[in-house]
Amino acid sequence: MALNESQSVNPALVVDDVVKRFGRGDEVITAVDHMSFDVAQGEFVSVIGPSGCGKSTLFNIIGGLLSDYEGAVKIGEERISAPHPAVGMVFQEESTFPWRTVIDNVAFPLELQGVGKSERMDRAHHFIDMVGLASFEKAFPSQLSGGMRQRVSIARTLVSQPKILLMDEPFAALDEQTRLLLGDKITQIQQELNQTTLLITHNLTEAVQLSDRIVVMTYRPGRVKRIVRIDLPRPRTSDVVGSDAFGHYVAEIWNDLREEASRGMADSESAASRRAAHG
Amino acid sequence: MAEKSGPSFLRRNGPELFGALSLLAAVLVFEALVRSGIVNRFVIPPPSDIVLAFERVIVEENILGRFRDTAVEMVIAGFAAVGVGVPIGAFLYRSALWRRAMEDWIGALAAAPIVLAFPLFLVLFGRSPKTIIVMGFVHGLAPIILKMVEGLASTRPVLINVGRSLKMTSSQMFWKILFPSALPVIFTGIRLSWTFVLITIVGVEYLINLGGLGQLINELAERYDLPGTYAGICFVVLVSVLFFVILERVESWLQPGR
Ligand SMILES: Nc1ncnc2c1ncn2[C@@H]1O[C@H](COP(=O)(O)OP(=O)(O)OP(=O)(O)O)[C@@H](O)[C@H]1O
Ligand SMILES: [Mg+2]
Repeated sequence: MALNESQSVNPALVVDDVVKRFGRGDEVITAVDHMSFDVAQGEFVSVIGPSGCGKSTLFNIIGGLLSDYEGAVKIGEERISAPHPAVGMVFQEESTFPWRTVIDNVAFPLELQGVGKSERMDRAHHFIDMVGLASFEKAFPSQLSGGMRQRVSIARTLVSQPKILLMDEPFAALDEQTRLLLGDKITQIQQELNQTTLLITHNLTEAVQLSDRIVVMTYRPGRVKRIVRIDLPRPRTSDVVGSDAFGHYVAEIWNDLREEASRGMADSESAASRRAAHG
Repeated sequence: MAEKSGPSFLRRNGPELFGALSLLAAVLVFEALVRSGIVNRFVIPPPSDIVLAFERVIVEENILGRFRDTAVEMVIAGFAAVGVGVPIGAFLYRSALWRRAMEDWIGALAAAPIVLAFPLFLVLFGRSPKTIIVMGFVHGLAPIILKMVEGLASTRPVLINVGRSLKMTSSQMFWKILFPSALPVIFTGIRLSWTFVLITIVGVEYLINLGGLGQLINELAERYDLPGTYAGICFVVLVSVLFFVILERVESWLQPGR
């Protein structure tokens, strides 16, 4: 069988015909509908889709937090039905521990693994530096901005050096400038560590800037609409955003996405007017 | 650096200063009301008489010893309520069945005027400090249990998911995520609880005429020594202030980031 865009030779992560429904009877919502794609070792793949299309649901399934689904998510030969030690997750919502300082937040996974204090501080320090928070190590999350807190969560996930990095809209709370610069950091980390990464996002430029391939999702039910390979040269920095090729990719994917996004909008508008009509 | 001490002193100590001044103002107003005869001095003695009575109650009535008795009862009952209430709360959080079965009863216990059940406790524990401590403990228990359950249940789901994704054991999950996340709510519970404990302890001391400040207030009131009675009440307030200052210290030491 010839390889198509959705298949790799030696995938680190395989999503195979995954279906997830919520509710029962007439109220069933199909959040993820027969999705299949894979992520190769060292590859950066983004999943993009409009709000409410089932991205976080997919994220939770791959992370092993939702074990009740059809189909298979596989790492190696293993079907995922519980959190897998090779996967590190960065959540969409703010997830730092407010009772711990930045460095103690980042060192937390190492503490669980029983890594000695001085080594764990060294390693935490390294990753805090990487996300640009070196001067805030002793600060508490309440003293940081939302974007800074998100960087703390990213460092906390990176510190245990997961084979597969799984992120759910990690930059959603950030402004465009920080987003681009942090994107550079992520690219750099990904290249340095040859980090297999799956990024969930609704941001087009972010997806094109960072990815080797982009999985475009449909809105309700959440299916794979198309998988686009991004052939922009690496090493890549945020400068790429200005290039013609970049604009081309963005336009192309937006073309696919526009239809889905407007269906999503229409859906929430009609829901709103139904609510208004009901009083 | 020659920084002006004026404004920064005010900014730092302003609230305390304002509190102290308004207390002083209230005292002066009462003094004026009583001295001018608007308020009957046999109902409220002039504050200056109360201040003068301090020396008398300290020297003649051994109020410091009684203060100690009440404080010791308070410590035992208060900490016992925390020590027993926290594990019960943790258990109820874990067991949905027990929680649904017990929550309303515990709520009722918190609202019940336990002090009035003193004859029952007298029969059980005799006319001894044990009765006072047990009653204080019982009244202080409910708020801690309820707030413990509430605090654990209000842990943000995403933090629990972080723990799950790190494959934490359930005891790690409890001690490293649920418990620290619940701490602020638990402290609210302790504050409520200790208020109940103090009220009950002083109330029962008064009612059964035994032990620390409550008994003294009872005696002084029977002797119609009003300034002395109010001086005794001031010492009760002091006990409560003392405990809340300690609690506040412990709280800010335990959770520095908030
Ligand atoms: N636990 C649940 N129970 C019932 N329905 C759910 C549940 N979780 C998600 N859904 C539904 O599944 C659909 C997809 O939700 P999901 O959170 O995966 O979307 P999303 O793509 O991550 O959206 P966003 O970009 O806004 O985060 C939504 O319609 C949502 O209402
Ligand atoms: Mg989402």
